[in-house]
Amino acid sequence: MTTAAATQPRLNSVPPTAQDIAALERVWRDPPGFLGWLAAINHKAIGKRFIVTAFGFFVAGGLLAAAMRLQLARPDNHLIGPDLYNQLFTMHGTTMMFLFAVPVMQAMSVYLVPLMIGSRSVAFPRMNAFAYWIFLFGGVMLYVAFALNIGPDAGWFAYVPLAGPDYSPGKRMDFWAQLITFTELSGLLEAVILVTTVFKLRAPGMTLNRIPLFVWGMLVTAFMVMFALPAVMLASTALITDRLVGTHFYNPAEGGDAILWQHLFWFFGHPEVYLIFIPGLGFMSSIIPTFARRPIFGYSAMVLSLIATAFLAFGLWVHHMFATNLPELGKSFFTAASMMIAIPSAVQIFCWLATLWTGKLSFKTPLLFVLAFFFVLVLGGMTGLMLAAVPIDLQVHDTYFVVAHLHYVLIGGAVFPLFGAFYYWFPKITGRMLSERLGRWNFWLFLIGFNVTFFPMHLLGLQGMPRRVYTYGAEMGWGGLNALASLGALTIAVSMLLFILNVWRSLRHGEQAGADPWGAGTLEWSIASPPPACNFAAIPVVAGRDPLWEPDALPAHVSGLSVDSREVLMTTVVDAHPETRESFPEPTIWPMLGALATTVLFIGSIFTPWAVVWASLPVGIALTLWFWPRRRENAAHLALERTP
Amino acid sequence: MSVAARDLGADPPPLAPAGTGALDVRQLPSFDFGVRSLMWWGTAGLMAIESTVFALAIVIYFYLRSHVERWPLTTPPPELLWGTLNTVVLLVSAWPNHLAKRAAERLDRHGVQVWLSVCLGFGFAFLVLRGFELGALNVRWDTDAYGSIVWLLMALHTTHLVTDTWDTTVLDVLFFTGPLEGKRYVDVSENAVYWYFVIASWLPIYAVVYLAPRV
Repeated sequence: MTTAAATQPRLNSVPPTAQDIAALERVWRDPPGFLGWLAAINHKAIGKRFIVTAFGFFVAGGLLAAAMRLQLARPDNHLIGPDLYNQLFTMHGTTMMFLFAVPVMQAMSVYLVPLMIGSRSVAFPRMNAFAYWIFLFGGVMLYVAFALNIGPDAGWFAYVPLAGPDYSPGKRMDFWAQLITFTELSGLLEAVILVTTVFKLRAPGMTLNRIPLFVWGMLVTAFMVMFALPAVMLASTALITDRLVGTHFYNPAEGGDAILWQHLFWFFGHPEVYLIFIPGLGFMSSIIPTFARRPIFGYSAMVLSLIATAFLAFGLWVHHMFATNLPELGKSFFTAASMMIAIPSAVQIFCWLATLWTGKLSFKTPLLFVLAFFFVLVLGGMTGLMLAAVPIDLQVHDTYFVVAHLHYVLIGGAVFPLFGAFYYWFPKITGRMLSERLGRWNFWLFLIGFNVTFFPMHLLGLQGMPRRVYTYGAEMGWGGLNALASLGALTIAVSMLLFILNVWRSLRHGEQAGADPWGAGTLEWSIASPPPACNFAAIPVVAGRDPLWEPDALPAHVSGLSVDSREVLMTTVVDAHPETRESFPEPTIWPMLGALATTVLFIGSIFTPWAVVWASLPVGIALTLWFWPRRRENAAHLALERTP
Repeated sequence: MSVAARDLGADPPPLAPAGTGALDVRQLPSFDFGVRSLMWWGTAGLMAIESTVFALAIVIYFYLRSHVERWPLTTPPPELLWGTLNTVVLLVSAWPNHLAKRAAERLDRHGVQVWLSVCLGFGFAFLVLRGFELGALNVRWDTDAYGSIVWLLMALHTTHLVTDTWDTTVLDVLFFTGPLEGKRYVDVSENAVYWYFVIASWLPIYAVVYLAPRV
């Protein structure tokens, strides 16, 4: 028997036996201990860390905002000086955009997508770990710099010439530029991982026409990331070389051009808004059917709208630049494109409304957050239409009207759905329910606090209050509305404390969730909460869009994958027919060490360009050792090998 | 309870799990080439990202050029000799690269060893030639904006040369020392695809760096 087992690998049965389940748990779990923690590559472990880290940055960014609101609460306040205030708003914007909004969406998908498509892993699990470490080290670098009073201070979009060598001497903006390199590298790698995961690792039968809308949203987002993020990486590289080695990309005196920065930045920056917003739409499309207790209305229209939004998002960047001397006819084109993007957004909103209208609603906390989306986002969308018109934009450019608009769009479009998603999937991730009572308090305080904070900013903007001023005179008459906004910010802070309290309490005393506490229809709810290390002891076969609400496929599960090796089933891109079964790599510490070496390179290059040369050696060594096959693992793979 | 579970009962023998209710995948290959492999998709994703970077860098070049009267601003265009020679060598390297890919798809270890080594020879030849190219650009990165963008284009492409030469070295050594398995042949095949990309991306950059300042 032992020789038979040695020569003939054990394969999984349907239904899985107790031995199968135990063997799979052994094979797929991350190694124990601190070193094992550093070597972890399971997508759920990495996903959880990613979510917690991004949420940590959200709290940090929120505290920076609270400090600003404290300073602005009354006129002629001198609690915070202008230099620190410049750092505060730059750190706040940079944190929220680069360390929270985009990464947290990718983090959620790292955890959820394999569960939703019936896979045991993301593609390239070691690269996934590497992307996480790069993200973490980049964020820590920024905050260490801030703590040492070298935090960036030229705004989150770092316009030149202010951010250039002449007006921002010292190292502050170099740290900003390298933070971009860290986060965009991480984001780009995650995009490649996600596209490959969705295209190749779906359960048999899950055709492209059946994948959950959240997965569609993340797929579209990943494609947008691949074409948008390179622009800002290139732009910030050119900025740092202008600052460090004397290139002249943005220096008009030597043939460079300052507006070039704005083009490159917003060619990334506008799609970025949508690659924060589209995952939010994905959360909506997951939560609404579950709490309306019916399949989504207009699946195909929703998918086409997502794709249309992604394309249009690349044609809007100039609407951030209406105050520059670009040709007026060109601006009209961007006005038209900006208005046009309302069409696919409206299609989705009406599909959700139809789903809600014809459903049987269950008003749990996740649904409350989703319903708030409609109210808050539509208000932000309305001011968006106003800003898309050049004359209005010129009038309110760089005022608090824009601050109000962008917070309504981003918090309404992404953060409210994200909190809905936290409440919705928390039971899956931890096995415990969050408290509904605290959830409602969290929700109402957040919604009220949000509107009290940001609605007055519309009025302040119309009254002419500029963004990014550290104080204002009492004679301007802005004191009352600012005090109100600060009161709102305090309310948001209390609601966030309640959320953290809710999580902390639930982890200890929360009600056991069971596999499917909401009666949802997608695959992640078919397995235990929290899911076992291998996700699915037998890979499901899928016959519809909401597999748990429909009769089982025939056959219903896959057999014949190894239980002693990390075997993953790969399927065809469109129809998800079984194609190959590949052995995935085991955990290793090298992605983490590779990320550490890359960090040395990135930070070193702030101080000397030669770091790019000498520090690439340890990076090369780490990446090579990461790749280099181990004989034991290799032997296990050979035992399962079957040539095409 | 699923249909499969009903058909099979509670406890099937662990070594013979296939049954009427399960989709048995044990006969599937454990690796495959091209679009069937994960590595192809990973490589394609990186190529999409890097193509975007190259395209944007070329856009920057012409954007800067459109804002000035004279281009290059103050310096003569780069010497044609080394860049053109490198282009020829790069194009010729497609042939051993193709043979390495073919050998990998036949699972021919000896063929892979031979042709990867030849590719590697080419890789080092370009890097040496690239050194001469950089010396004959007739402009420094800090001379003016023209010099900055020319050096940016060259640096981007040289990074690709260096990383793919390193990749090829590691794979070549592995094919001599082992341990090998099927998917290492896929790695060789995708490494070859990436090299095609390095060649293909050079042609527009060559045209921009060497020909655009002359027209």
